Amino acid sequence: MNSGHLDLNTVWFILVGVLFTGYVMLDGFDLGIGALHLFTKDDAERRTLLNAIGPVWDGNEVWLITGGGALFAAFPNAYATVFSGFYLAFMLLLMALIFRAVSIEFRSKQPMRWWRQTWDIGFSTGSLVASLLIGVALGNIAWGIPIDERGEFAGTFLGLLKPYPLLLGVTTVTLFMMHGAIYGALKTEGALHDKLRRWAMRSILFFVICAATTTVATLFCVPHMTGRMRANPWLFTIVLANMLAIANILREFHHGRDWRAFVSSCAAMITLMVLFGLNMYPNLVYSLPNPENSLTIYNASSSPKTLGIMLVIAGIGVPVVIAYTVCIYWIFRGKVKLDRMSY
Amino acid sequence: MDVLTLARIQFGGTIAFHYIYPPLSIGLAVLLVIMEATWLKTRNPVYHQMARFWTKVFALTFAIGVATGIVMEFEFGTNWATYSRYVGDVFGSALAAEGIFAFFLESGFLAVLLFGWDKVSRGWHFFSTCMVCLGAHFSAVWIVVANSWMQTPAGYHIVGQGMHARAEITDFWQVVFNPSSMDRLFHTLCGAWQTGAFLVISVGAWYVLKNKFTDFARASLRIGLTVGLVASLLQLGSGDSSARGVAKNQPAKLAAFEGLYNTTSNAPLTLIGWVDEKNEKVIGLQWPGLLSLLVHRNLHTPVTGLNDFLPGDRPPVKASFIFFHGMVGIGFALIGITALGCFYLWRKVLFQKRWMLWVLVFSALGPQIGNQLGWFAAEVGRQPWIVYGLLRTPEGLSAVVKANVVLTSLILFTVIYFLLFTVFIYLLNDKIRHGPDEADLKPAGKLALPKRPNT
Repeated sequence: MNSGHLDLNTVWFILVGVLFTGYVMLDGFDLGIGALHLFTKDDAERRTLLNAIGPVWDGNEVWLITGGGALFAAFPNAYATVFSGFYLAFMLLLMALIFRAVSIEFRSKQPMRWWRQTWDIGFSTGSLVASLLIGVALGNIAWGIPIDERGEFAGTFLGLLKPYPLLLGVTTVTLFMMHGAIYGALKTEGALHDKLRRWAMRSILFFVICAATTTVATLFCVPHMTGRMRANPWLFTIVLANMLAIANILREFHHGRDWRAFVSSCAAMITLMVLFGLNMYPNLVYSLPNPENSLTIYNASSSPKTLGIMLVIAGIGVPVVIAYTVCIYWIFRGKVKLDRMSY
Repeated sequence: MDVLTLARIQFGGTIAFHYIYPPLSIGLAVLLVIMEATWLKTRNPVYHQMARFWTKVFALTFAIGVATGIVMEFEFGTNWATYSRYVGDVFGSALAAEGIFAFFLESGFLAVLLFGWDKVSRGWHFFSTCMVCLGAHFSAVWIVVANSWMQTPAGYHIVGQGMHARAEITDFWQVVFNPSSMDRLFHTLCGAWQTGAFLVISVGAWYVLKNKFTDFARASLRIGLTVGLVASLLQLGSGDSSARGVAKNQPAKLAAFEGLYNTTSNAPLTLIGWVDEKNEKVIGLQWPGLLSLLVHRNLHTPVTGLNDFLPGDRPPVKASFIFFHGMVGIGFALIGITALGCFYLWRKVLFQKRWMLWVLVFSALGPQIGNQLGWFAAEVGRQPWIVYGLLRTPEGLSAVVKANVVLTSLILFTVIYFLLFTVFIYLLNDKIRHGPDEADLKPAGKLALPKRPNT
């Protein structure tokens, strides 16, 4: 990367990256809570977990919607190729997100056991499938997908289910579970809090195993995803930062500082996304086996005029959004207490 | 069926289902602001109870609206990839702006609206309610701007040729204020306000009929009927202005709306009737000259007929005609219902007129059907174009998507949406039967009213 010259396309690559990072960091814990939801059988505990994410989950999902909108606006060719190419996978993702969303809302509305059980399964399965598919999609983008000279996807649905993307899918699930359990620990007290800490420890273990496997697989099988790192060894400091962040979660937990553990977990997710972005740049979608057909931030972008207009919109909107999002998280700080407005 | 038909059914079906919810949340948000403001001003706890009750309905509506709305954003890319490449430069900006300005605002402050009653002061809570309402309206602004650009493109130029041609922005404000956007925005918002108001009216009327929650019901009817009447009258003006815009900007669409084949001065308006497509004429009750008068404000100005367009450039006439006339009919009926309702309310006889109350109970369906018919008229009337005059609908399809995968997802969506709708109706019905919470008549904690010094 030429650091002396930051063009509009690069700025938008970073901004779209920021939006998707915001999404995985925030909705990541909602999905993680969802994936862990069925591990507790107790209705009060399930309700506590749901109410831990209750006020914030739909705001968190907006990061994905806005990220998608920004991708559409800034890089319409990449948006069109990926969304039409991953057709069935994205339809499944949509359905998973629908079930996740409505289950949270529907569950508490009736007291019947079968009713709650149904939406518990909807919530948990929706969250799990969504996490898995997000990971698989990222895995395919990293591994590369067949793209023809018109810039259209030239593969099949089954072709998307290669081992490497699936591995990334599982890794994402464990990452979100870890993040969700840590967030859950932050928001609960008593027996449930201890339970979540145990789950967080186990998830960290699983995540570390998956992440190590993914790293080895990337080093040996996906050379284009490590090219920039090999050329600029100082970038390995980011890997180091990521490892330190994970290790720090354990340390903070040991001292009983849940809040700091959560911040560390966020830092771990940010560093992972930065690594992903750095190694992809300037590609948006890598084309395999014909790298010359890759969609880049230049051949897939909107006009400079649009990128400029969008930058103004983002410049006005994003700071405001961050300001009131922080306020809202502040209002809902502290441990969850169930009351009659709760889910 | 071919992939084009399937993709159109899927897009039309998913958006029609989605569109049950946003107008309801926009309309209810306005009513929530009015109810909460009335509570803060009059300190009458019935309005607090109303705000609480309708907040819960709002939350249910909003959740399904969000869940089904995200589908729409994905579907541009999945089903209409070529369209997305063609318009991304212009259309994508509006969608992204919608996310940044509207959805974050709405969903962020929704947290405080739903769960913040005891966590923030009354003033802050009211502010959050206003922000949710504002966010809901902003989302309408950006999506209607984007859709209106497809109806009346402006502020762009075409770059590249053949497969690589695409529209690029030349003037952002011309895109936002394209010839139809403000008319259509106002028309859509009036429809949304009606939707919210009529649900409140309907539930209020039902409680009066069942002799339950009487104070709550009467207050609901008063607020609902007032907002309903204002919105319905505004809708009349907005409809007139929109139709004149259509005549000017999309004459083929207006001709299809009225089934007008030959360009004529003194063009008639059909009050009720149907189109005989084979003989190219309308059979029914017509008012000579009224169409010319309405759209051009002059009996003698000719209105362009369908025969001025090549057969390949005409929208489906029968469908456009039916959707449009259905919408207009409902619009007038809603004005009549609210006007009569307000009249009875003023004469203090409404609560004794059981037949009128039953009409009000079922009137909640009116705006919903009107909204659907209106959007179908707008979108079918735009055919055969996906972007009016620039890109035809079949040209916008994804190049790589096959009919069988569209069919698969279509079947899945049908099943899921059927389930969602059933659960929504079940829970809404349950909520209405259960009624407002007695405890909300005595606000506690941070909501408790400070004792007035002189009482």
